[in-house]
Amino acid sequence: MSDYNFAYLDEQTKRMIRRAILKGLAIPGYQVPFASREMPMPYGWGTGGVQVSAAILTPDDTFKAIDQGADDTTNAVSIRRFFQKTAGVAVTEATKEASVIQTRHRIPEQDLRDDQILVYQVPIPEPLRFLEPSEVETRKMHSLEEYGLMHVKLYEDISQHGDIATAYAYPVKVEGRYVMDPSPIPKFDNPKLEMAGIQLFGAGREQRIYAIPPYTQVVSLDFDDYPFQPTKADHACDLCGAEDSYLDELIVDDAGGRMFMCSDTDYCTSRRKNGHVGAQGVPFKEDAA
Amino acid sequence: MTPLLQVENIAKFYGARIGCTDVSFDLYPGEVMGIVGESGSGKSTLLNCLAGHLTPDRGAVRFDTRADGLRDTITMSEPERRMLSRTDWAFVHQHARDGLRMNVSAGGNVGERLMAVNARHYGDIRAEAIDWLGRVEITEDRIDDRPTAFSGGMQQRLQIARNLVTGPRLVFMDEPTGGLDVSVQARLLDLLRGLVREMNLSAIIVTHDLAVVRLLADRLMVMKDGHVIESGLTDQVLDDPQHAYTQLLVSSVLQV
Repeated sequence: MSDYNFAYLDEQTKRMIRRAILKGLAIPGYQVPFASREMPMPYGWGTGGVQVSAAILTPDDTFKAIDQGADDTTNAVSIRRFFQKTAGVAVTEATKEASVIQTRHRIPEQDLRDDQILVYQVPIPEPLRFLEPSEVETRKMHSLEEYGLMHVKLYEDISQHGDIATAYAYPVKVEGRYVMDPSPIPKFDNPKLEMAGIQLFGAGREQRIYAIPPYTQVVSLDFDDYPFQPTKADHACDLCGAEDSYLDELIVDDAGGRMFMCSDTDYCTSRRKNGHVGAQGVPFKEDAA
Repeated sequence: MTPLLQVENIAKFYGARIGCTDVSFDLYPGEVMGIVGESGSGKSTLLNCLAGHLTPDRGAVRFDTRADGLRDTITMSEPERRMLSRTDWAFVHQHARDGLRMNVSAGGNVGERLMAVNARHYGDIRAEAIDWLGRVEITEDRIDDRPTAFSGGMQQRLQIARNLVTGPRLVFMDEPTGGLDVSVQARLLDLLRGLVREMNLSAIIVTHDLAVVRLLADRLMVMKDGHVIESGLTDQVLDDPQHAYTQLLVSSVLQV
C-alpha cells in the first residue's frame, strides 16, 4: 500500500496525458503539446518518459527501465524504484516479461511484441531545432511539410566528413508525413522503429508527446547516392560473443586495454545464461556479481 | 502578352501611417523594374508586399503561375505561396546574413533550395552548387567554407547563387549593392546584368542608388511618402524628370 495516488500523478493529469498520447497515435510523428508537470527529478532525467509511463501503467503491468540499454545504471534503477514505490507494479529486467519498457537512448535488442509498449525519454523533440531556431517557424515547416532543411544537415555531414556522420538521433520520416527525432538512439536502432509494439515519446521540459503506432512505416532520411546505413562497432561482444548487437566500448586499464560489450544488459545476460561466451568472457554463474 | 506580375492598387498601412498606397503596375517577362526613393518612402514595404512577406491591406498581386496562369498571390493559400517563393521567386536581401544560413557551408546554402524541391542525389546537388558558385565567381575550393569566412561582396554573390539555383522567373532585390564598396558594386552589377539577360529574368529592384537602376532597370518608379510620384522608362525619367522631387533626386547625385 502506498500513500501516493497510483503511479504518482493525479487522475486528471493522467487523463490529460492519455489524450495527448491518443492524439499522437492518431497522427504518427506529430508533436502534441501537453501540460508537463513538475516531477520529483530534474529535467533531463526522464521527466517526459516518466509522465507517459505513469499515464499508461495499470496495476497488472510489469515495468522495465533501461538507460543506454542497461538495467543497472542510476537513472534506470531510480525510475524503476519510483514506480515500484508509487504504483506498486511488478518490475523486471527481462525484456520479454515486461509490458511497459521505459528507455533512454536504446531500443532493446529483442523484438518487441504487440502487447508491449516502449516509452522513450526525449531531450529535444524538434528535429529541426539546431537548423531553425524559431519554434514558430519549425511548426510552420512541419505543417507545410517543408523538410528541405533536414537534408541540408545531411549534406553538411557528407561535405565535411565524407559520409553521413550523424550517428544518433538520426531523423526519420514517419508514414510518409512527419519528420521526427527518434530521441538519441544510435542509428543502429533506426530500422527497429518499425515494430509490433506501441512506441511513445515523452519530452518533459519541452512539453511534447509523440508516438509511432505498431507496424508504422519509418524511413531514415538519406541521399540516393549516400543511402542510410545503420552502424555499430565492428566487433563482437567480449562477454557473450554476439555479433548482431549494439556495443559499448569500455576502457579497462590505462595501458590501452579495452573491451566491447552489449549495451543491452538483458540481452547479454540471457545469452550468457544460454552458454554463449565471448573472447574475454567467463561462463555464466548464477550467483556471480 | 500576359504580364508576369500584375499589381493593382496595393496599399499597406501601419496604423494611421501610410506604408505605401495606390501602387499599380504590370511587369512583363524579361523586364527589370527599378523602384527608387529616399529612406521611408515605402519602397521596401512595397517590395515585401509583392514578395508575400507582408500582407497588404488593399489590392491584388497577380502572378502568372506555370500551372494556372494569373493567380492572386495574396489570397492563395500559404503552402502555395511558400512553394512559389522557393521555386519561381527569389528574394535578394540587402544584408547577405538575412538571406544566407551563416552556419551552413556555401554548398549547403546553394543546395538548400534544390533539396527543398526534393533533390535527393548528393552528387547532383554538389555539381549544381559548384556550377552556380562558378557563375557568381566563387572558386570551387571555397564550397565547404561557411559564409562567415567570406567577404561582404562574396556573401552577396553567394546569396544570389542560392536564389537563382532553382531557375526562378521573378527576382525581388532589396538594395542588392548596399554597403559594398564601388569596385565590388560594379562587378556585382555586371554579374547581375549578365544573369538577368542570360536567364531572361524579370526583376524588381529597390534601391536608392540611381546609378544602379540606370544600369539594370528598363523601367523606373519613383516613390515618396508611400506614393508613386513618377514612372516611366529609366532613361526618360532620369534624363527628363518631371516631378519636382525626382528633379531634386537626380540633381542630388554626386558627380565625381
